[in-house]
Amino acid sequence: MRRSMLFIPGNAPGLLINGNYLGADALIFDLEDAVAPEEKDAARILVRNTLKYMDFQGCETIVRINALDTEYWKADLEEVLKHKPDLIMLPKAGTEEEIRTADYFISELESKFGHMPGSVGIMALIETAKGLENAYAIAGASQRVMALFLGAEDLTADLRCQRTREGREIEYARSRLVSAARAAGIDAYDTPFTDVADDEGIRSDALSAKALGFSGKAAISPRHVSVINDVFSPSPDEVNYAYEVMEVITQAQMQGKGAVALRGKMIDAPIVARARQVIAMAEEMGAGR
Amino acid sequence: MSKIIRRASAGTLESSDVYVEVWPGGGAVKLDLESVVELQFGDAIRRTVMNILEEMNVADAELRIVDRGALDCVLRARVEAAVRRGEAQG
Repeated sequence: MRRSMLFIPGNAPGLLINGNYLGADALIFDLEDAVAPEEKDAARILVRNTLKYMDFQGCETIVRINALDTEYWKADLEEVLKHKPDLIMLPKAGTEEEIRTADYFISELESKFGHMPGSVGIMALIETAKGLENAYAIAGASQRVMALFLGAEDLTADLRCQRTREGREIEYARSRLVSAARAAGIDAYDTPFTDVADDEGIRSDALSAKALGFSGKAAISPRHVSVINDVFSPSPDEVNYAYEVMEVITQAQMQGKGAVALRGKMIDAPIVARARQVIAMAEEMGAGR
Repeated sequence: MSKIIRRASAGTLESSDVYVEVWPGGGAVKLDLESVVELQFGDAIRRTVMNILEEMNVADAELRIVDRGALDCVLRARVEAAVRRGEAQG
């Protein structure tokens, strides 16, 4: 479950060590944009030590390394994979070849550090027009690719359009990304909302993303985490309905009935699949029966 | 044995961080510590620094450490970064 993923600058000890108290389901330790070039070396050592010594108590750890067109990405991986994060976020993913290049190097390091082969996942950050058009190929380029993540700030710069509060300029990108990820059987995560003080804006933006099928959303401020968690959590009504669906389906199967209705609506396979997802999430949140 | 060949630093003076400066020594390790928690944790901080220097095979260096309440893992990271920078050719 990754309703919310909070970016933490990789060279900021005060935030890194308190990350798991900020309510996010996942933490993204950022070695890329949040770290100045002359501090890349110190940040990757700090992030490595944080992974080694800190217990994040069920909070997933993701490291955003530098892009493959920089001199930093291999050193980033060599350092942080010693104490394995759950996922590596690969910025500016543009082609399936790039994923395979990262995949190959990660495999070498898994072997070097004695990690189980294939145990380090990749979250591909789609933030260029090229990456967006290749999203499905990127999603299927390696078994390691667990999710696609939309980066709207860089994407809109690449598209040469203005980033707005309403986000109409990224509607196509959002839909395209969700479709590519779901077609490949993986998750899709939405871009952060960048106005930290706009409480209405973050809720409305998160609701839009959820409506399109995203599994969760990133945040650049701890202030946005609780709103995102709230939006991407099933409501008590949704949870109750999901349990009712499973009850009537179980009864129908026991009675040998083919078709069954609940609250006046036919229950078919997609509704059952959705009910299972809601129950799984509710149980993970501790809100199951 | 690792050799410090130039003055280098890592870390900041922000809360929960530690500033570490290292330069070539006069034949041994010399440590100058300033910490907001010196009374309670001074000895532990010195021990951690000496441990990481030993792990990195540094036996000849002077260090100035200004601690702002850094956890052990942060202190270790900053000492390691400063030493690596001091070792680097540049």
